[in-house]
Amino acid sequence: MTVPKRIGKIKFGLISPQEFRKMSVVKIITADTYDDDGFPIEMGLMDPRLGVIDPGLRCRSCGGRPGECPGHFGHIDLIAPVIHVGFAKIIRKALRGACRECSRLMLLDKEKEMYLQQIRTLERLGQLSDEIVNKVFAEARKHKICPYCGAPQQEIKFERPLSYIEEGHKLTPSDIRDRFEKIPDDDIIIMGMNPATARPEWMILTVLPVPPVTMRPSITLESGQRSEDDLTHKLVDIIRINQRFQENREAGAPQLIIEDLWELLQYHVTTFLDNTVSGVPPARHRSGRPLKTLSQRLKGKEGRFRGSLSGKRVNFSARTVISPDPNLSINEVGVPLEVAMELSVPIVINARNKEAIKVFVRRGPDRHPGVNYVTRADQRRIKITSKNSEEIAEQIDAGWKIDRQLTDGDTVLFNRQPSLHRMSIMAHRVKVMPYKTFRLNPAVCPPYNADFDGDEMNLHVPQTEEARAEAEILMRVQENILSPRFGGPIIGGIHDYVTGSFLLTHGYKPIDREDVMELLKKFPPNEMPEPKGYLEDGEPYWIGKQVFSTVLPKGLNLTFKADFCLNCESCKHEECENDAFVIIRDGQLLKGTIDAEAVGAFKGKITDRVIKEYSPSVASEFLDRMTLLALRGIMYAGFSFGIDDEDIPTDAADQIDETTRTAKENVQRLIEAYKAGELEPLPGRTLDETLEMRIMQTLGKARDNAGQIAGRYLGLDNSGVVMAVSGARGSMLNLTQMAACVGQQSVRGERIRRGYAGRTLPHFRRGDMGAEAHGFVESSYKDGLSPTEFFFHAIGGREGLVDTAIRTSQSGYLQRRLVNALQDLEVKYDGTVQETRGMIVQFKYGEDGVDASRRDYASPDNVKRIIQKILKHGGAKS
Amino acid sequence: MTKFAVMDHESVPKHTLLSPEESEVVLRTYGIESPQLPKIHVTDPAAKEIGAKVGDVIKIIRRSPTAKQSVFYRLVID
Repeated sequence: MTVPKRIGKIKFGLISPQEFRKMSVVKIITADTYDDDGFPIEMGLMDPRLGVIDPGLRCRSCGGRPGECPGHFGHIDLIAPVIHVGFAKIIRKALRGACRECSRLMLLDKEKEMYLQQIRTLERLGQLSDEIVNKVFAEARKHKICPYCGAPQQEIKFERPLSYIEEGHKLTPSDIRDRFEKIPDDDIIIMGMNPATARPEWMILTVLPVPPVTMRPSITLESGQRSEDDLTHKLVDIIRINQRFQENREAGAPQLIIEDLWELLQYHVTTFLDNTVSGVPPARHRSGRPLKTLSQRLKGKEGRFRGSLSGKRVNFSARTVISPDPNLSINEVGVPLEVAMELSVPIVINARNKEAIKVFVRRGPDRHPGVNYVTRADQRRIKITSKNSEEIAEQIDAGWKIDRQLTDGDTVLFNRQPSLHRMSIMAHRVKVMPYKTFRLNPAVCPPYNADFDGDEMNLHVPQTEEARAEAEILMRVQENILSPRFGGPIIGGIHDYVTGSFLLTHGYKPIDREDVMELLKKFPPNEMPEPKGYLEDGEPYWIGKQVFSTVLPKGLNLTFKADFCLNCESCKHEECENDAFVIIRDGQLLKGTIDAEAVGAFKGKITDRVIKEYSPSVASEFLDRMTLLALRGIMYAGFSFGIDDEDIPTDAADQIDETTRTAKENVQRLIEAYKAGELEPLPGRTLDETLEMRIMQTLGKARDNAGQIAGRYLGLDNSGVVMAVSGARGSMLNLTQMAACVGQQSVRGERIRRGYAGRTLPHFRRGDMGAEAHGFVESSYKDGLSPTEFFFHAIGGREGLVDTAIRTSQSGYLQRRLVNALQDLEVKYDGTVQETRGMIVQFKYGEDGVDASRRDYASPDNVKRIIQKILKHGGAKS
Repeated sequence: MTKFAVMDHESVPKHTLLSPEESEVVLRTYGIESPQLPKIHVTDPAAKEIGAKVGDVIKIIRRSPTAKQSVFYRLVID
């Protein structure tokens, strides 16, 4: 492979009036566009030499048809020069730096030499010379008398937007242009311009380029009336004023009128270039809508760069609200019937599928798996209606193409913004469903970061076999269970799935035959597992662990600590009395409880093992069954959380009151010690800091103690505890805050100090350092907060909100920069990282060539597993 | 002034000059031409130290937190 051609350099400069004329194909002199017969008027704004937009015509300049001809510029000769708004600031600087008599840059030769040197050096180093140039202008302005001709200089006042006032007189653009014309080339270089490509007088327009018609096409309305583009409207204004100006000047009109017209011309040219200049009222359409002129076309989110070049709009896509459906596979997406009837997949007819496709075509567009369009062998597209469907069904032949409506099993791409990682767009199988939302299994919410509070998602239908193959191989949900971010499963149980598994598998409660059948109803196994034992009345019984084992693949061996493991000082392993030590042997859950650590999203030890030891298909099958079973499990157990789940017994409440009271007393004691000067400062801290830290410590401990007391009375019979302990949702801290004590509110990690002079709120004395005065919330959410507590809580809560808002905007910008920098890099098949020219960036991806989602954790656990495997297989053979 | 031994500094990875035959092997293994390699300036202290000339290929062995060692090749340019 050879290195492709490269852009040597790009030069930016100003266009000179000569160049404008050179690239112009026609001088525009009349403001009219079309004559009465609808033909463009010569030397008008729609001159046929400017390009073609009407189909059937050819361009008078290049002979191209519409679409081929890129369009050609024309020009308008302005009667009097006008300032280009974009250069207003530079003109001001140059005007102040150049002598009003001799136009030379007012610096001594010695200084000029020095600045020239500096600019040259920066250019050689490839750096910007802006700073030096600014200094040049600043220095030149200081001279009150020109060092060359001795002419005294006048202060030039700049009035927004475009007036330069000297000695109380407004400088006309002609005056400015005259001055700039006389600036010698050597001085221009020091002003940071290149006299060959950008002379300062070119910042004053004498010729205005007229953009080709191709970039300002007129549209014919249904009524036959022509509607012109905003740019054309603006150009009409310019030409009209230009003409009036000329007539008045030739007629020898008074100076006042000339000046007014000049001002008007300046206004129109300014708004033609930029319609959002501050101080200039925006030019408006007849309807009152501001015109979209040149710079509005480029700028901003919907401008040419961000809107048209970096962003595209597509067909074959749909967007609607999402809602959960746990009965779907993680690989599926529920598509509303209305959407399915609109979207289509192209199918080429051949001898073998002809008859099958005839059936589709015959159904027409109104009966679901139908056909919307047919493309004949000669590429003519025919819309199928209920009227012509029978007729066309008979005509179809090999080589024709049909657009078949979306049906069950089609592969589509499903996406939720912001698309921050590759799992934000995944391929799903279609399942056409009634109602109007997209449906997805809640287990795939984590990769999309979706919830169902009104989120909308997009769906795209691949239109070629290649696209479909690629989507199915690389983008299927099951291929993306393991995240390349941390090498673990990002898809897995959330919320009720985790709670359900926990309730089902925790402990050894007997379940009778009927209930086991009920639990396994959604995916009946071929045979019931061996009963765990028999009840006194002789009836067989099973336990939840056995029921869960039916979803585990055969041969799976796994040992790990569950999420709710208490991290006891000495782990009893198999003997764990909390049932937190999970042992799976040959696909049988022998001990332990299934919780977030086993099947949860982001953790999911079982999911991880299954996908690595078996395959993504087995893992997706496991997840499908697991989610179904978990929901059966939670329904079997029954699960709810209400306000009375936050109730704690009176003696517990008394104990909590006691702890908070002693904590507050301790704080008071600390303050007294501090005031008496008896407090020992901690190393590296001032006395004040020490006091604050000690108080925070004391109060933090008080909240923890309150939580522990409450926790003693809240066991696994409490739904909140089940959710917190299993890792389904919430934490013990949340429960503590609800049931016992909310605790210290903080801003930037400190107690709340802001507010009035010397105090946080008028409810307290100045200088009060006590717990209540600085945001300690003693109450629980259940009890309710006192007014002051509530206020402090709002302060702390607001900080959190502000933090998230700032974090998202910052990380979004960071992501954009990162993506722009890295988007063209590619890991080639030989493991090298190359950019588009084939230049090597890394000889081995990430220096080790490892794909985080394909590797297995390098843990001693793996070594054990390998040894066990070999022993088992080797033992069997020998 | 005593010369500072660049190559002895612990932060400077090991640079070795490849012979034309060796660099040919490198280019062939990666199926590339020499301009596609990352570059190093002739005046780079490490390049000067091993006496590299423009057009030479330098092999750099770096310590890597993920792969212990990582090998890079650079084309000497001016």
